Amino acid sequence: MTSQGTYSITRRSALAGLAAGSAALAMPALVRAQGESIRIGFPTPLTGPFAAEAKDQVKSAELAVKLVNDKGGIAGRKVELLVRDDKLNAGEAATRTLELIEKDKVHAVVGALSSAVQLAVNEVTRARGVIYVSISQSDTINEVKDFSRFTFHEALNPHMTTAAVAKHTFKPGSKIAYLVADYAYGHEMLRGFKRAQAAIGATSVGEILHPFGAADYSTFMPQLRAMRPDILCICNFGRDQANAIKQAVDFGMNRQSKIVVPVLLHNQRLAVGPEAFEGVVGGANYYWGLEDTIPSAKAFNDAFKAANGGAYPTDYGAYGFTGVSSLLLAMAAAGGPDTDKVVAALEKLQYDVAKGPQHYRACDHQSVQSVLVLESKKKAEMKNEADLFKILAIEPAAESILRTCSELGFPA
Amino acid sequence: MDAELIAMQLFSGVALGAIMIMVALGLSIIFGMLGVVNFAHGALFMVGAYAGLWIASLTGSFWWGLLIAPLAVGALGMLIERVLIRPLYKRSVDDPLLLTFGLGYVLVEAVRILFGSDGIPFPTPPQLAGVADLGIGFFPIYRLFVVGVVALTLLLLWLGLEKTKFGLIVRAGAKDPQIMRVLGVDIATVWLLVFGLGVALTALGGVLAAPMRNVNPEMGSLVLAEAFVVTVIGGMGSLVGAVVAGLLVGVAISMTALFAPEMATIVMFALMALVLLVRPQGLFGKPTRA
Repeated sequence: MTSQGTYSITRRSALAGLAAGSAALAMPALVRAQGESIRIGFPTPLTGPFAAEAKDQVKSAELAVKLVNDKGGIAGRKVELLVRDDKLNAGEAATRTLELIEKDKVHAVVGALSSAVQLAVNEVTRARGVIYVSISQSDTINEVKDFSRFTFHEALNPHMTTAAVAKHTFKPGSKIAYLVADYAYGHEMLRGFKRAQAAIGATSVGEILHPFGAADYSTFMPQLRAMRPDILCICNFGRDQANAIKQAVDFGMNRQSKIVVPVLLHNQRLAVGPEAFEGVVGGANYYWGLEDTIPSAKAFNDAFKAANGGAYPTDYGAYGFTGVSSLLLAMAAAGGPDTDKVVAALEKLQYDVAKGPQHYRACDHQSVQSVLVLESKKKAEMKNEADLFKILAIEPAAESILRTCSELGFPA
Repeated sequence: MDAELIAMQLFSGVALGAIMIMVALGLSIIFGMLGVVNFAHGALFMVGAYAGLWIASLTGSFWWGLLIAPLAVGALGMLIERVLIRPLYKRSVDDPLLLTFGLGYVLVEAVRILFGSDGIPFPTPPQLAGVADLGIGFFPIYRLFVVGVVALTLLLLWLGLEKTKFGLIVRAGAKDPQIMRVLGVDIATVWLLVFGLGVALTALGGVLAAPMRNVNPEMGSLVLAEAFVVTVIGGMGSLVGAVVAGLLVGVAISMTALFAPEMATIVMFALMALVLLVRPQGLFGKPTRA
């Protein structure tokens, strides 16, 4: 080992860890402020394999709340964010959400970071008639059987994400091998990719479902290699993505195939380093590099950096900001947290808080927004530590990139 | 399904089992000698990986991390035995179990506070990067290195236990600590060293695993579950059992990954259930403990 920087725990990351640790400790101690505050429940998996993304969601959501409170709150009332750890477990999330609604009397819920957990939260909010802004990818939440007029889906959905990524990576005749996490998110991403693959004229040479939360992927590699794919499409999330990509590269898969993922995660790229991720292509809802062309991205980045000691906002973190911001904008337009008025305001809302214009589609309440296609940079191309990705393409916000309302089962 | 793929799959299983052996060995040695079920073992695996990273970042070399981290974490293990566990020997067997269970949480939280809860990259040492052609397929050189280190460690451990006086005392102490005391052997020191050895083995496993999986504070929890499965299959306290069961579980996982990939995690628990039904003491366990 020659270069000193290769194994590095910087003082800053240790400090950031300290700060995050103490924030997590302080969280349960947050006492409810005045009775008249507007309370927003925020269940997210602060512990477990998606913890890095969840923490960023909290930071960004807190920023959205702070910006509104700095300007006097909503109709003179302060906004309060009640963060709860759902432990990436559907049962835990349902219990925490019920508590938030029954005990803490929240006016709305934003959050969740796993498609399965999000559906559990949605069950509870739907039954109680509480607004829920979901910030985790899901296709089923758009469909008529899971729809509720109280539910708004701020995150991208797998259909639009995979269509955008496939458009810029699959070619007619491409041979594609899939390594897929065996749960709702992986299944939905696989379904999306296969639909796009059929439209493009590419073929699948094999699909392997792996157990969710696996640490070792070596046992899948010989098979994937034997499939001789042009593209290895890895459909998993969080630490699973980091480990799967790293081990695929250890096995030399990147020499015979291009590695493609549905969402390219900022935090996982940081956790693995540039070498393993080099050339990996994937989708995203947000990347801070948008600030070169989009003024609201610049404003969000600056506010986030000012509030978090210079740290850059991340993809799933940005959902915390756009999700909470859209809800607060609607509450402001409705003059308070009255559920029916806020639902009506959300349906009418046109917002641009971080990534250009967005709005919720009338039939399924899916946020119509742009999809970014990113490529992970070589170490030599990085201008600074946060300069991780190159923006290959931006699919503009348009209802045409969503499944039609009638396909989802809504009456025409 | 060609023979080369199956051969590769078998080999992947052996390589996967190698890390499990390192963790399960330590667990088994400590249980066999001290009768302590060390629930902090997974956390100490993780501490080993972080210690390796920290030492590597200070010295700029993976090799110092690989060498020093197990020794340092082993010393930490001796401290834990001396200060926390020793006072509990006279009490019920549950007490050390509960203590180590809690200690595991403390260690994970401590690492979160010191290094953050995000993962930290741990690059493969450049000398060992790349893939090797095994004739039946390609395999990462680093994973071959891990198999080699584990084999060497097993050899040294075997020599140490079979050919040295200390090994004789350890083996005798496992059978009957009372008699050893009567014979004038300072059994407390032996236990201290054995606990340190067990912890050093898991820490070595942690450093070895880090370049394959990166490091994060939760990396030990899955490993602990695997190690318990391996120890139960092999027989609590049996070292040969830990080695055989580690390989068996590794191969079972990799073969399942080939034919029913979504079952790859469940299979080890199924295997454990099967062994418990047919041979409750494990493959190499003694039927009843004195």
